[in-house]
This record gives sequence, structure tokens and C-alpha cells, in this order.
Amino acid sequence: MFTSHQIHHRRLSPPLVLLLMLATSVVMAEGRFLMADEQVEVAVVAAQQQRIDAIQRGLPAAVSIFAGEAGGGAGVLISADGYALTNYHVVQPAGVAMRCGLPDGRLYDAVLVGLDPTGDVALIKLLGREDFPYAALADSDLVDVGDFCFAAGNPFLLATDLQPSVSVGIVSGVHRYQFPAGTILEYTDCIQVDAAINPGNSGGGLFNAAGQIIGVNGRASFEKRGRVNVGVGYAISANQLHSFIGFLKGGRLVDHATLGATVATSADGRVVVSDILERSDAFRRGLRYDDEIVAVAGRPVRTVNALKNILGTLPAGWQVPLTYRRSGRRVDALVRLAGVHTPAQLAKLVSGKDDVEPRPSGAEHQTAEPPAELPAFVRPLYEARPGFTNYHFNIVERDRVAQALAAHAPQGATEWVLEGRLATGGEFRVMLSDHEGVIDLPTGTTRVDATGDLDVAPNPPGSGGLLGALLVWRRLLRDGPSAVGRTEYWGTMPIFSRPLQVDAAVSTPLPLMDVLNTSVAAIDARCVVDGIGRVIAIDFWHQPDADPCEVRFSGMLANAGTVAMPAVMDVWRGNDHFATFEITSVRMNEREGR
Amino acid sequence: MKQSLCWLGYFGAYVVVSVTVSMAIAVADAPRQTISDAARKVVKIYGAGGLRGLESYQSGVLVSPQGHVLTVMSTVLDADEIDCVCDDGMRYRGTLVGADPSRQLAVIALETADAPFFAMAVEDPIDVGTRVFALSNLFGVAVGDERVSVQTGVVTARVPLEARRGAYEVPFSGDVYVVDCTTNNPGSPGGALIDWQGRLIGMLGKEVRANASGIWLNYAIPIAELARGYQDILSGTVPPPPARDALSFDPRRLGIVFVPDLLDRTPPFIESVVSGSAAEQSGLSPDDLVVAVDGRSVPSRDAVQRALGMLADGDPVRIAVVRAGRVVEVDLGPRPPLRSGREVRVPAGKEGL
Repeated sequence: MFTSHQIHHRRLSPPLVLLLMLATSVVMAEGRFLMADEQVEVAVVAAQQQRIDAIQRGLPAAVSIFAGEAGGGAGVLISADGYALTNYHVVQPAGVAMRCGLPDGRLYDAVLVGLDPTGDVALIKLLGREDFPYAALADSDLVDVGDFCFAAGNPFLLATDLQPSVSVGIVSGVHRYQFPAGTILEYTDCIQVDAAINPGNSGGGLFNAAGQIIGVNGRASFEKRGRVNVGVGYAISANQLHSFIGFLKGGRLVDHATLGATVATSADGRVVVSDILERSDAFRRGLRYDDEIVAVAGRPVRTVNALKNILGTLPAGWQVPLTYRRSGRRVDALVRLAGVHTPAQLAKLVSGKDDVEPRPSGAEHQTAEPPAELPAFVRPLYEARPGFTNYHFNIVERDRVAQALAAHAPQGATEWVLEGRLATGGEFRVMLSDHEGVIDLPTGTTRVDATGDLDVAPNPPGSGGLLGALLVWRRLLRDGPSAVGRTEYWGTMPIFSRPLQVDAAVSTPLPLMDVLNTSVAAIDARCVVDGIGRVIAIDFWHQPDADPCEVRFSGMLANAGTVAMPAVMDVWRGNDHFATFEITSVRMNEREGR
Repeated sequence: MKQSLCWLGYFGAYVVVSVTVSMAIAVADAPRQTISDAARKVVKIYGAGGLRGLESYQSGVLVSPQGHVLTVMSTVLDADEIDCVCDDGMRYRGTLVGADPSRQLAVIALETADAPFFAMAVEDPIDVGTRVFALSNLFGVAVGDERVSVQTGVVTARVPLEARRGAYEVPFSGDVYVVDCTTNNPGSPGGALIDWQGRLIGMLGKEVRANASGIWLNYAIPIAELARGYQDILSGTVPPPPARDALSFDPRRLGIVFVPDLLDRTPPFIESVVSGSAAEQSGLSPDDLVVAVDGRSVPSRDAVQRALGMLADGDPVRIAVVRAGRVVEVDLGPRPPLRSGREVRVPAGKEGL
């Protein structure tokens, strides 16, 4: 029917370059002529000045990527320390190290940080400065059809002088869906523009009238007119990028979300479940065949495309609100999204090889040697590991979060005792030490041995493993990320409060928080850390593919000194509320004694 | 007194500044409302096609509150069921009211009573230099309640259309508006060209290539023709369709002389090859049987002439012949202009990128 393609650069004939340059100079000469000879309305001059200002704000962040024989493309800087976004299809042939040019006329070394093949996104880091010019990400949900926009990139690899090319236009469409190639390079919820997007524009920024990034250009519809612009380009939305940047900074090989269900449009136009995996979280939350999907992640679902657009912008592993309807009854649930691929499938897609099998997640530290031909500058900044693009950056992010945690964590104390009341009545007492965790509830006392793998019993019964979650929490705060099992930087995640308020507006872009993942044997614990370094949530899996124990901390205990201790601990498992703990005191004992 | 004058001055400056700022903002914000109002009057049309490079979808504009959709006459409408999807996602089964072959227009009726519609009230001609928006469902990108695509540009010329579509001259020969953006894509035909006040000033035509240069044209049929065509179709006074002559290209101009055309479907056996011609240089020889031109099977002499006619000026001529029981492919270089004596201009975009 039609074709749209990722826009790699291919070779360009010199006569065409000349023609393009000639055409540009003619247009510029005419523009100046008009300005000089005619009285121009104030508003027009103001609008023009606004346009010039926007371009001057955005342009310094434009990166030209050269990958030698592999081609090249563009990128856009998003932070002063050199992180830049680009396309997966631009850096994939380039490998781990590349050379990037900025409009300041200098070439910089750059290293690959994270890859998202499904979304066609890559994160790289330019080296050598801490004061790189960069552009801010805008809220792309505010972008509307007709808005001014401009693309800055490296079309046809013209930027041999490192000066990016700028093409202006308007937003032609929003929330567009463009089919994937197989299971990768899927453009969901993307922004369609009529600004010229040509081979080599890939990975470059799409900017708004304020010079902020609203997207990353990466695709265009081509058909019978050759691989050149026909006024139909597509950019990955800034809000999708926002949701993935955390994962990419963690050096991961990122995957996108799936509900674990397929949908179809019914005869009366509703979007209904046509098939569902029984081991999916959506199934455990009650979603069944023929249920109507009403909303996901705060966005209404009226078409199959709309659902694909929503899911495609979300990272695998996020927990988001789902609203569905069955025989007129509306059900709201928080559902945890699975990945489109298995880690093995992703690794295979990226390497192009069949024999890449990630080791089991519990396996010990296995560092593959980086390829021998890596340039010297990149060797200290690269570490290969299955499931990761560049594990070095995972350690960087993990240590950053661990440092923030340490600022509020109790030091030294060996035994923590939390006491208080349950919201439903009765008292509780929790004791956590290096040797064990013990909880006294009105229903009885249970304990977990802290010296083993924590997977003996998910006590207290019905919680899914509250004591295990708290033991990991204590060790992480007190002893840091190396203390128990293997702790990695997971990515970022929004936390939706319970009970679910589905009609409350979901703010965009979603407020995200850092997540550390600790694995001990078969156990996984994800600690969600807020902006000031407090753990505000823990999801604790006593076994994989089952509902985790969800601990949500809130408030701050007044009498805990400089240590950040929560005042309320809310515990859920699946659809069920286990208990709300109102903490009245936290004691830190130097010695264990009970 | 002096102080109050001073305040007056400040106030004046404030007014100037605020007016300037609000005007600038107005310039920046103007398109959103104009576009969303106009987009509600553009429909996505689905019908026949989907084969051999023919799309099964196009665009149309609502031109009456009773749900009359004006669109471009095409093979998409050669279907028993023509579906029209409005901006709000409502899907209607359309009825073909009639068509005007000379203007390449058609009217479809939807069963609706209060549709938003374009008044065809703008007077031709539109000034060259007018800023425009083009709204259409190009590449079929938008489905359901998704909004059609919008592009922006400037009217660069009003000129007679001398163009072709495949092997045929485009029957419409009146003036069209040429625009400077790539508006005419698959799915665009029937789309709206509007000015910055949101008024309909033209309709995007089919994808065609200029006779003279072979480049793809971006153009719209002017509003006056739309209004006349709409009236003629409704009143049943459509002018007769012009004859559609297939463009054929004489193979002798490449140096190929076929056996005499004596039969209904004379097989294209080469009788002789002109010395010094492209045919000779490529190694064609008498008794070769031409079986394909540019990948298209050619069972007769006529078919060869038509297939050569379908190529644009300057397109590479690749033919396959059967020689001694084997298929041999030869390249005859760029095709000369359809009408001899005209300069051939190869569009830059045709070079491999």
C-alpha cells in the first residue's frame, strides 16, 4: 500500500549536492531582497524573529554522527554532560565508539550507552566536556497539528563542516502509528511533519517554536520518487523518549511493553480482547476474552491503533492503570506490562547472530571482554554483559542512586525495630537484622532467615513477602548496593497511588523515579527511589511470574532524626490490600537484643 | 504634569509591546484553529484498488450540509462499496452521485444531515504567493478518528496542466495551482487546499508527472472548476469525456524496426536494427523477440509501443528479448522525449540517493 522507511544515509551524487546548494543560495538571496525593499508588518517581523530565536536555541545541540563506511546520521544533545539521543538504526552499524561533530566546529569522541531497537532509539555520550550545549525535552502531548517545527540534522551527510542543516515546516499529524519491521523499529504515537526529512536526518532533533525537543526524526514515507523527502516525515515523540531515557542511561538493551493480550475492533466499534495469555499480569488482574479496553495509562482507547500507540510508548515492566468493561461493569486495575521480546530475542535482533543466549539472570558476574579493536578512549567506558548495551553505564547510574540513598540512610545500627498500629486496629512490631526479620501481628508472629537467599517463606502469610522486601530495603540503605545479591540500576518508573484514582488526570510527561533491582537467587526486589533519595516503594517477587508484594511508603516520621523513615507503609498483593501500617516509632539498636 | 506624560509614554510603550507580542502569538497560534476546523470537512475515502500500484484509498471534501463529498474521479470509486470516514471517526457508506470525466471530479453522497462543509465561495484566481495548507489522507496514514495530514506551502504558479499518468495524458487540461510542497502523494487525491482563513481554494489532484520534464507535480484543481464541476454533476449536465489517447512511443527512435504489423496482435519480432542506434549498441539483433519492457510483459507490437510510452522521458529503457530459446536482458539507455524536438530534463531526484 505504501512504504515508509528508516532513513539511513546512502551515497549521494556530487551533482545533486551542487544543485541543492545552488537552490538554497537562491532562496536566501530572495529572502534578503524582500526584507530590504518592502515594508514588513511588525507581526511578521516578530514571528520571523521568534523563528530565528528558536533555531538558534535548538541548533547548538545538533549532533552530526559519522560512522565511516557504515554511513551516519544525526543526534541531539539532551544534557550538559554529553548524553545525546539518536536512532538505533543510525548507531547500530557504527558499533560502540563513534565520532560526532557539533556546530562549534569540533569533533568529539562518543560512546554507545543504551539501545532501544523496538523504538528505534539509541543513547550515546559525547566525551570531553561537562558543559555541552543541549536542548530540553518538551511535553510532546501539547504538540498539535499546524504547530511550527524544525528539524536539525545531517541530511545526505552534508554536514562535513559539522554545520547541521535546518528544515522548517509544520506538524502534519500527531499520535501517528507506523508499522514495525518485524518486531523492531515500530513508530508509535509519533509526530508527522512536512519539514523535509531526508536520509541522514535520522536521529536528529525535531524542535518546537521555543527551540525545545518535541521528537527525534527517524522515518519518512517514500514510494516511487526515490529515497528523498516527499513531505511526510515521522519523529519519535519526546514523551516516549522521556519514559525510556532512564533505561537507556542504565546501559540497557531496552524493551517495549505489551499487555499480553491481542485486541480487535468489534462490529460496534469497541476495542475488545481477542486473545490473552494466562500467565500475563493482565489476566491475573481479571482481564478476559471479549472484555472492552477503555483506557490504558490514563489515555482513552477508542481504536486498535490508539492501544498500540499507548503501549508502544511504554517500557516493559511498568505498572500502569488499565480500565476495562465487561457487560456494562467498569473495572479499574493496575497492570504490570510484559516485554515484547525475551532478552534472548532482543540480543539476537541486535547482534544479527543466532547464537547469542543471555545467561540465566542468577548467574554470577560474567564480563565478556570488549572487542579487541575498540579505540583506547572507549575501553574504560565500556563493559559487555548479556542483556545490556554497555554495562559500564549501569554501574554509573547504580552508584549515583546509591549515593543519594546513603545521604538519608541510618548508618551502623545492626537492628531496626519499627512499631505502630494497623489501620484496621491492633499493633505491630517489625524487627530487621543481619540474621533475621521478625514481624508481630495480631494474627501471630512470623519470621524470615536473613542469612540465606530470602526465598524460604513469603512471610507474613498473604503479604507475598513483606519481610523479605524489608530485609532487602534495610541492607540496601545500611550497606549499599553491593551488600546483598546483585543490585543493578533498573531504569525509571512512575508510581500510581493506590487505591487507584483512574479518573484523576495523568500528568504528562509522567513523573518518573529511579529504580534499583536487587536479585538474590530467584528473588527480585525493585526499590523505587524519589528525587531526594528516599525509597518510596518496593516490589518484591518471591518467585518470578507471580504477583509481587508491593510496599508503598509515604509520609515522614518526625522523630527519626536526620534519617528518612516513612510514617505509613501500605502493603498490597495483586488486587488485594494486605494492610496499612501506621509507624509510630523506629528504633535503631547498636546490638541485637530481643 | 511631566510625570503623567511620562506615564502616558510608558503606557504607550506597553500597548505597543503587548500588541506586538499578542500579534506574534496570534501568528504562531492561528493555524491550529483554522486547521482543526478545516480538517472536520475532509473525509477519508476507501474503495477499490490495492493492486499494481493503485491505491484503494483517497481523500474528499464535504461541500454541503447534506453530506455531499466532492472528490477526484479515480479507480478507487470503481467499487460497489465506497466507505467514507469523517474526522470524528464516523464511517458512512457512500453513494456515487455522478462524475465529471473532463474535470476529473466526482460527487459522493453520505447519509448525514448536519455535516460541517466548505462553502465554495472563494473567487478565482488566487494570487501566486498565497500561503496555503493542504489537508489529505496521504499514504493512508490516518485511520478511524485520526486527523488527516496537513502540509503547508505557497501557491507558486497558475498554469495549464500538461501531464500524464502512466501511459495516458491527464484529460484535465485547464489551469491548476502549483504548490511548493510535496502535496500530491498516494492517498492525497481529493484533499483540500485551503488558505490561511480556512477557505477552500482548490482540490489536490492525482499523482501525475509533467509531460515536459517527467517530474512529479504538486498541484490543485482551482475552486472555480470545483464549483462548476459540482453543479454540473448535480444537474446532470456533465460535458462528454475527452478521448483518452494512450501515449505510445515509436521504437524506431531507439533503432528497433519490428516486423510489419499485419495481425491483430503481431508478435514483436525485431526485423532489423538501425546501425549506430542505441539498439545496435546494446546488441539487439534481427529475429530477437521482445517479451518485456521495464519488467512489463509485452505480447504484441502495440504493447511495446504503449510500454515505452509509459516510461518518462529519460527513464532507463530495459527490455528483455528471447534469442535462441534464452531470455536476454539489454539496457538501451535513457528514453528520448515522447515528442521529438523537446529538451529532456532529468529531474535531480531520480539519481540514486
